[in-house]
Amino acid sequence: MNERYTGTAITLHWLMAVLLITLVGVGFYMQNLPVSPWKLKLYSWHKWAGIIAFALLLVRLGWRATHRPPELPATMTPLMRLAAHAGHGLLYLLMLAIPLSGWLMSSAKGFQTVFFGVLPIPDLLSKDLELAHTLGEVHEVLNLLLIAVVAGHVLAALKHHLIDKDDVLTRMAPRHGCRQG
Amino acid sequence: MTRFSVFVASFLFLAGSAGVSNIAHAAELKAIQHDKSNLTFVYKQMNVPVEGRFKKFAGQLSFDPAKPESAKVVLDIDLMGIDAGSPEANAEVAGKVWFNTAAFPQAKFVSSSFKPLGGNKYAVTGKMTLKGRTQEVTAPFTFTPQGSAGQFDGALVLKRADFAIGEGPWADFGTVANEVQIKFRLLAHTTAK
Repeated sequence: MNERYTGTAITLHWLMAVLLITLVGVGFYMQNLPVSPWKLKLYSWHKWAGIIAFALLLVRLGWRATHRPPELPATMTPLMRLAAHAGHGLLYLLMLAIPLSGWLMSSAKGFQTVFFGVLPIPDLLSKDLELAHTLGEVHEVLNLLLIAVVAGHVLAALKHHLIDKDDVLTRMAPRHGCRQG
Repeated sequence: MTRFSVFVASFLFLAGSAGVSNIAHAAELKAIQHDKSNLTFVYKQMNVPVEGRFKKFAGQLSFDPAKPESAKVVLDIDLMGIDAGSPEANAEVAGKVWFNTAAFPQAKFVSSSFKPLGGNKYAVTGKMTLKGRTQEVTAPFTFTPQGSAGQFDGALVLKRADFAIGEGPWADFGTVANEVQIKFRLLAHTTAK
């Protein structure tokens, strides 16, 4: 108990939170815009930010593989533990699948993803508008699922803090004296 | 000395439509091979190359590799049949600030001179008319004889601003670059004289 996440883990978590909220918000907003330079810019920025989120995910997975996260409170029932692990697993899975589906959709639409307009990401798929439409729906459904799971993640953290009154929320909070590492 | 000429007068249509050769010159003219001829372009959007295609164009060509100076080509490009890379882009480029296809449904290229560059390389210079504006342009190309046919492969770079393609909010080149690469491949049948 009373064990906090490391400063690295806390930083990665909140960077990812800000990035994902921005990406999802911009993603839903930009679709319905009329064609304009602004729309094309947003699409490019969205793709670049998506690449950064994917890279950040790899860093987080690297951290997870080399560090043991703090234990869950002993007061949690086995079912709650299972739910917590499943929720976190699903978040990681979505953080992996969403940028991949976006990248594949872009390729199928015939628009290569070029990171910051400089580094071309190879196209795994060739142009196929029907497939692009399907991948677009996959990208959207995965994002709706992400919104639902993140909502559950936030509600669970609040439940821990307000009802269970344990340290599950505060140990990830970006506050006073993070443990080094 | 073997001399042969290529005469083409043909209309290219969307896949599935038939080409129509010029009946008046049936003895010398043959339809170009639609499935092996194309007029494509590449533009950069946020530095991402996007490929497009002029799906419909009509061409008249006479070319004799032994006398390239007397060659001639006229191309009429139907801008209604433009594929700018995506359905959204196709709807957008028809508009007034882009091609304004309602007022300018066609682009035209009329050659003024051909120049041999050695080997199978040549250059064609001519007047390109697009959206009511005419510019002199030069395109290098290679000519490859293929039995009774010949293939022309070439490319040139046009600056969209020279033709007011992309006005108003698009006039800035930050999103869509000024340079547009045009690539052509024409397979034409030849007749010996």
